[in-house]
Amino acid sequence: MSEVRFHGRGGQGVVTTSKILANAFARVGQFGASFPMFGFERRGAPVTAFGRFSDKPVREKTQIYNPDILVVLDPSQKASDLVFQGLLPESMLLLNDTDSTTRIKHENLKKFALINANKIALEEIGLAIPNTVIVGAFARMSGLLDIEPCCDALEDYFSGKKLSANIVCAKRGFEEVELFDL
Amino acid sequence: MITKAKEKTQIKVITGNAAAATAAKLACPDVVAAYPITPQTEIIEQISKFHANGEMDCELITVEGENSAMNAVTAASLAGGRVFTATSSWGLVFMYDAVLAAAGSRAPIVMVNVNRETPGIIAVSSGQQDMISTRDAGWIFLIAEDCQEVLDLVLQAYRLAEDYDIQVPVMVHYDGFYLSYLSEGVDVPFQEDVDTFLSVLKDQPQRTKLTPGEGLGCGSHGILGGYLELRHKHVSAMERSKEKFDQIDKEYEQIFGRAYGGQIEEYRMDDADVVLVGSGSMCGTIKTVIDEKREAGIKVGLLKMRMFRPFPGEVMVESLKGKKAIGVVDRSLNFGHKGGPFYTELKSFETKFEGSPMVSFIDGVANTDITTANVATMIDTICDLAAGKEVPEVTWVSYPEANDPDSAKVGGQ
Repeated sequence: MSEVRFHGRGGQGVVTTSKILANAFARVGQFGASFPMFGFERRGAPVTAFGRFSDKPVREKTQIYNPDILVVLDPSQKASDLVFQGLLPESMLLLNDTDSTTRIKHENLKKFALINANKIALEEIGLAIPNTVIVGAFARMSGLLDIEPCCDALEDYFSGKKLSANIVCAKRGFEEVELFDL
Repeated sequence: MITKAKEKTQIKVITGNAAAATAAKLACPDVVAAYPITPQTEIIEQISKFHANGEMDCELITVEGENSAMNAVTAASLAGGRVFTATSSWGLVFMYDAVLAAAGSRAPIVMVNVNRETPGIIAVSSGQQDMISTRDAGWIFLIAEDCQEVLDLVLQAYRLAEDYDIQVPVMVHYDGFYLSYLSEGVDVPFQEDVDTFLSVLKDQPQRTKLTPGEGLGCGSHGILGGYLELRHKHVSAMERSKEKFDQIDKEYEQIFGRAYGGQIEEYRMDDADVVLVGSGSMCGTIKTVIDEKREAGIKVGLLKMRMFRPFPGEVMVESLKGKKAIGVVDRSLNFGHKGGPFYTELKSFETKFEGSPMVSFIDGVANTDITTANVATMIDTICDLAAGKEVPEVTWVSYPEANDPDSAKVGGQ
């Protein structure tokens, strides 16, 4: 089982990212369970979400304290100690950042992935909502999913032009993410 | 839970809230009253969407507050309609007088309550305190563990509430945040199967209805004998609902291939020496830790309470009799008692357990997470209890300060 922790802000689609991934895993006969933790829904407030992805049913209903994958949608949190709290050895980090020179190092990271998801989202959907780009980038970095089930999963959240634009976002995320072995 | 392979399924990855809304849609209610409150709002949003796009052919009343919501569905229910509404925490207590009147009127309402801390210390956090604050209202209370069970319980709730022999409103509870927003795969039943499951109600005698222009007393100003008669009938209907719920669970399995066990679900209980008693989303975590402890040779089981009102004492006694130690996990407080509400109620059956000692665990209050580590601590504690070691009667698992015996002696706030 992979335990993924997502860090972002209200309005970035953090929760939707975790939902789409759970959906994609279900589409390939695996299991996903994801949930966010926040009080009231507020745009701009920090949001944490948790995703458990496995080939067996997921029964735990607790927050994730020892993730093996981190997904950071909000670059202002990239240096936060909270993000790295409890990180297991040999972990991965996917970061959304406008600065292509950013490199994150941490003793427990074996892989770092960087994507300018806001830029791609602006080009494709006209809004700086990075979530579907992140979905594609996650599939590529983790190697846990192909891009097809991710695109198929988008059908449950978007329709019409928004769907086709977000499919492009996911595919570009998959293709354009930069991977660094640490 | 027993799951049988079926020819056709449709797995949808949806939240607990979406599962509740989907179940409400499948039950085809006549009237839905809707008012938003965190963490339930998504149910109302989904139902509004179903209503707007024509998937739900009901009267959707967007009321100005929860009190009106309960009064609206009570009236519609007494007029013979199938009804649905959903609430949480502040909303539930804001409709409290109407919740009592709905039960007294024996209106077969189905309402979802997404568990959240009540007003008191202002909190937007998970906890079953809202459920406890309405436990004596005369409603049947059912509690779900995961998104699938949310959907299944809402459908089963209609069979229970509207059954001619029961006619008591049913509240389906599930944990706010931990389950309301959890996205996972749910096997969504087909409409024709739900219609078949609910069609049993059509073959029963029709309940008494309020009809415009016809004289009928309802919720009459009963005193003395009349009041006693109605109260006794209500209590008796609640007692009957226990076996009825078991039977509905079996019929559900026939059609949908899923059975949970009715009033309680037992997990690895047959050869268990020590047992945790729990409810709601914590049970998924408890099952995971039980499997780990079993690997280490510790014979531990789970008794999951799916029904809390009426209290399923008889089946719990059967399940717990002869065990070496029992720990009851409460996600709420029982002001006036040191132990939690479930613990205190189960304690009244203690003499029938043939000696099994019991302790109370308070955890998951105010959104504290019932972690795998916390569950492991609870299991270690009941193993100590079984071994005859000294163990505190009540443990606040996430707040060790409370376990210092001197902590209760300090004055001030």
